[in-house]
Amino acid sequence: MSTTKMMKALTGVAIVAGALGVSSLPANAAEAVIKIDGSSTVFPITEAVAEEFQGMKKGKVNVTVGISGTGGGFKKFCRGETDISDASRPIAPKEMEACRQAGISYVELPVAYDALTVVVNPKNDWVKSLTVADLKKMWEPAAQGTVTKWNQVRAEWPDAPLKLFGPGSDSGTFDYFTEATVGKAKSSRGDFTASEDDNVLVQGVASDKNGLAYFGFAYYTENAKKLKAVPIDGGKGPVLPSEKAVINGTYQPLSRPIFIYVSAKSMDKPEVKEFVDFYLKNAAKLSKEVGYIPLPAKAYAMGGEHFKNRKLGTVFGGDTEVGLKVEDLLTREAKQ
Amino acid sequence: MAPDKGVQVMRAMIARRKRWDVIFAVVGLLSMLCGVVALVALIGSMAMEGVPRLSWDFFSSFPSRHADKAGILSAWVGTTLVMLVTALTAVPLGIAAGVYLEEYAAKNWITDLIEINVTNLAGVPSIIYGLLALGLFVYQLDLGQSIVAAGLTLAILILPVVIVATREAIRSIPGTIREGAFALGATKWQTVSQHVVPYSMAGILTGVIIGLSRAIGETAPIITIGALTYIAFLPDSPIKSEFPYVSFEWLSSAFTVMPIQMFNWVSRPQEAFHVNAAAAGLVLIVMTLLMNALAIFIRYHFRKRIKW
Repeated sequence: MSTTKMMKALTGVAIVAGALGVSSLPANAAEAVIKIDGSSTVFPITEAVAEEFQGMKKGKVNVTVGISGTGGGFKKFCRGETDISDASRPIAPKEMEACRQAGISYVELPVAYDALTVVVNPKNDWVKSLTVADLKKMWEPAAQGTVTKWNQVRAEWPDAPLKLFGPGSDSGTFDYFTEATVGKAKSSRGDFTASEDDNVLVQGVASDKNGLAYFGFAYYTENAKKLKAVPIDGGKGPVLPSEKAVINGTYQPLSRPIFIYVSAKSMDKPEVKEFVDFYLKNAAKLSKEVGYIPLPAKAYAMGGEHFKNRKLGTVFGGDTEVGLKVEDLLTREAKQ
Repeated sequence: MAPDKGVQVMRAMIARRKRWDVIFAVVGLLSMLCGVVALVALIGSMAMEGVPRLSWDFFSSFPSRHADKAGILSAWVGTTLVMLVTALTAVPLGIAAGVYLEEYAAKNWITDLIEINVTNLAGVPSIIYGLLALGLFVYQLDLGQSIVAAGLTLAILILPVVIVATREAIRSIPGTIREGAFALGATKWQTVSQHVVPYSMAGILTGVIIGLSRAIGETAPIITIGALTYIAFLPDSPIKSEFPYVSFEWLSSAFTVMPIQMFNWVSRPQEAFHVNAAAAGLVLIVMTLLMNALAIFIRYHFRKRIKW
């Protein structure tokens, strides 16, 4: 009895293994693997670059991309497990320290812009624009439980419930938005509908006349029919998010650069060097294709220079800064 | 002649009790429909969205930024290999542990303690197993972020289910079977391996089905130990054209699995990726059903042989 059972189990295994053997014929063990992990915001761009790069190298180099979030990505990066880290915010002081202790240094390269977009329901006919002060009034921790109606933000708005939707507190988008509006990263009211999946936020506002949400620009452009973007007044008059407004620096303070960090150790590997050069050369085209806003051509050229000259460290010194132009970032002195 | 009063009272009582019968049957039916309708609606809407997307290319392509060119090749291969490792580890270990606890272990407080713990382990959230595996398999045993680490993680996740099912199944075998075997001079091992385990195989396999079905949909522990999202190559082939013809290189390969690929597509802004996610969901359901069908087939085979 038990021998026949064994036989059967073995045959089963053999069949499965055989099927897999056939299916995995196109696989060839590549000599080189480039490991990338980090932010889900940067993922679509890195995925696109990896796809093109692998197509170009015809299987000689394998690129893997994970999504551990900006923070999780830096943890692996500073342990030396990855070659490149995707980041939707600059590296934080704790992460800089971890990297320093592990002897990991890095080059910081901005690869695209993301414009955080504040949206309301298309039936919302009262909000024409929002100032940073309005956003602060809605989202600051003190608003919790007290600011629950639109007319509490501005008296001329209707006496209707204010339904807020936003990304969860693990997201870099949340960090940046709170920094830009409330003034302190991660400082936000807690009584809003939070989801790590931006499509849930889209659904929430699309189905609620009194809803308001913020998320990345790509989610707005894909759902422009169901949502209305709100012009943001950063002090110089209301501006709608658009590619032009982000590039010329008028959509402030909600446009932010997103980055890749390349480990200095990995830069010695020819395939990583080639990959990063390829990344910077194609980022403009590919970031646009996946819904992000490309940096000015000059910024990619400057990034390429930094990479070539191994300009190590971050220009942020561990802070999330708001309202900077990317050219200014690239001319700054870097700290490690 | 009209029936007398006693009979009338009796009939009224019977009618009342029958009414309760009907009410309960209706309530039961409605309760069942709640679950079934929800399931059918979910699968139906997913099928309507996903079926048009299913094509050979979808199975044989790697992920891509172009939704119409993206496929699930790395995901389904990854899931299949991980499940293979999981099944090959969890099933023998689980059955052996169950048999030991039921047939061999001395009935004392240590066994009781182990029993309680095994039962409780079945309810531990899967992310905890992920964290355990990250520390143990990935770093301590240095297996890395590999298929074998993922397979073992899911194996310990479903071990309690397999053990509990094995014990329940063994317990349902009448003691007379064992006594009969002993009376004929069989040793304990002969009794267990030739009678108790084969007869309880149906119940054990039910537990295996439940366990593997849980494992195939798990995302959290797999992400914790470092499954990737974008991977456009396959693990090394397990079958080689040169001696020794088999290779275990694939065990240490980087991988992704179906639920992770689905989750990534669901969270993309473009509608076309959501369609991909629905199609991948259908494939995952079909994979689960196929796996279950295999187990049911084996179970049927074992049942057929039982002659008592």
